[in-house]
Amino acid sequence: MSELPGDLLYTKEHEWLRREEDGSVTIGITDHAQEALGDLVYVELPEVGLDLDEGGEMAVVESVKAASDVYAPIGGSVVAVNETLADDPEHINSDAYGDGWIVRMQPSDAIDESALMSPDDYQQFCDELDD
Amino acid sequence: MGSKTPLFDKHNEAGARIVDFGGWDMPLHYGSQKEEHHSVRQNAGVFDVSHMTIVDLSGERVRDFLRYLVANDVAKLKDYGKALYTCMLNPDGGVIDDLIIYFIADTEYRLIVNAATRDKDLAWIREQAEAFAVAVAERGELAMLAVQGPNARELAASCIAAEHRDAALALRPFNGLQAGDMFVARTGYTGEDGWEVCMPASQAPGVWDRLLAAGVAPCGLGARDTLRLEAAMNLYGTDMDDNVSPLEAGLAWTIAWQPDERDFIGRAALEKHRANTDRQRFVGLLLEDKGVLRNHQKVLVDGAGEGEITSGGFSPTIGKSIALARVPAGDYDRAQVEVRGKLLNVRIVKTPFVRNGKIQIDV
Repeated sequence: MSELPGDLLYTKEHEWLRREEDGSVTIGITDHAQEALGDLVYVELPEVGLDLDEGGEMAVVESVKAASDVYAPIGGSVVAVNETLADDPEHINSDAYGDGWIVRMQPSDAIDESALMSPDDYQQFCDELDD
Repeated sequence: MGSKTPLFDKHNEAGARIVDFGGWDMPLHYGSQKEEHHSVRQNAGVFDVSHMTIVDLSGERVRDFLRYLVANDVAKLKDYGKALYTCMLNPDGGVIDDLIIYFIADTEYRLIVNAATRDKDLAWIREQAEAFAVAVAERGELAMLAVQGPNARELAASCIAAEHRDAALALRPFNGLQAGDMFVARTGYTGEDGWEVCMPASQAPGVWDRLLAAGVAPCGLGARDTLRLEAAMNLYGTDMDDNVSPLEAGLAWTIAWQPDERDFIGRAALEKHRANTDRQRFVGLLLEDKGVLRNHQKVLVDGAGEGEITSGGFSPTIGKSIALARVPAGDYDRAQVEVRGKLLNVRIVKTPFVRNGKIQIDV
């Protein structure tokens, strides 16, 4: 697996979060997740403005193999979605932490960082899964 | 830990993601399923299909036995090496398995049946064979490779012993021949030209290496599934099983009704079913909206009722989602599929979707 970006936070559901300067949070799935899914062929994105509870259904990513739900790692409202994924879902395969971002949310509450993982913790989490 | 084919180490060497398939540790893909799919459509790919079950039948009455055992008629096979695709039915007309039969000699035929159905197939065949004094020999010591794609035969030719190479290259579709200790047949499960080759297990790793060195792409079960779906080739256990009639699985063409007097297992049930005009149709679907069709999704037809997708997925060649589905009787060419609570529009299309590298439907 490639090096994990150091400025991101991670979840056990293999999502990543980036805190933007304007207070919003960009969310995607990790390299580990895209590798497990295989070639992505379709992404179902939420409507901008949608309010989501933590754990709510945020998006669906479909690979050649199967469909997988992506759950909101935080509560908040969707302020942007990555429209390029409609035509090029493989951006998630080729650049999971960059062009492959999925949604940007405005958190409803302060983010509870204790529920999220640092790059080192996430790396260890993945290593244990692979064993 | 599942069973391993003689190529298990080669799969790991090639970076395979290994998954369980009917008790076998098999490669799902070697990095990108989509690229493997395109390799087969555009050039050549090799699949390890050693998990499939090779069964040799022999005996004076083996021909009579097979004419009773399966729904297609081996009497059609006039030349040695010729292959026949058929279903093996139970007395209720359900499909026990689909298989390929090769005519090896007057008293010998080779069957290739599915891996996941091995135990029940062998038990059934042995039970029926007794009355015909036919010997049933599983050939677990053989490996099998499928080399598929427009350039497959050319790139694989060097793996065939020199004295048999020209004859192998001259094989017509659906014909095979014994080439030294290999059995080479111009068959496959992708909708492309190519060979399926049985060989002693000890030879398989060397042949594999030579194919890869020649530029043949290693391909996993993932690409095998999207390729066969585009070619509209049925998958046992998904498109049909013990409770499904071949008449509702798009397999009517594999049933030999003539001669009338040939009594094969399942014939009586099948004839009743054939007379039923309310039989479900087995059709190809093309998704016109965005999304992906998947197995078991519900198909809704205005005024006709409901059906179900038996095999659905994304077609890398077409760039849209396609499916095989069992749908209600009736004359219609549009339907809707329920995907996560939403109704998506599909068009009923004539299959195959893709054949010999070319899209066969209007998209």
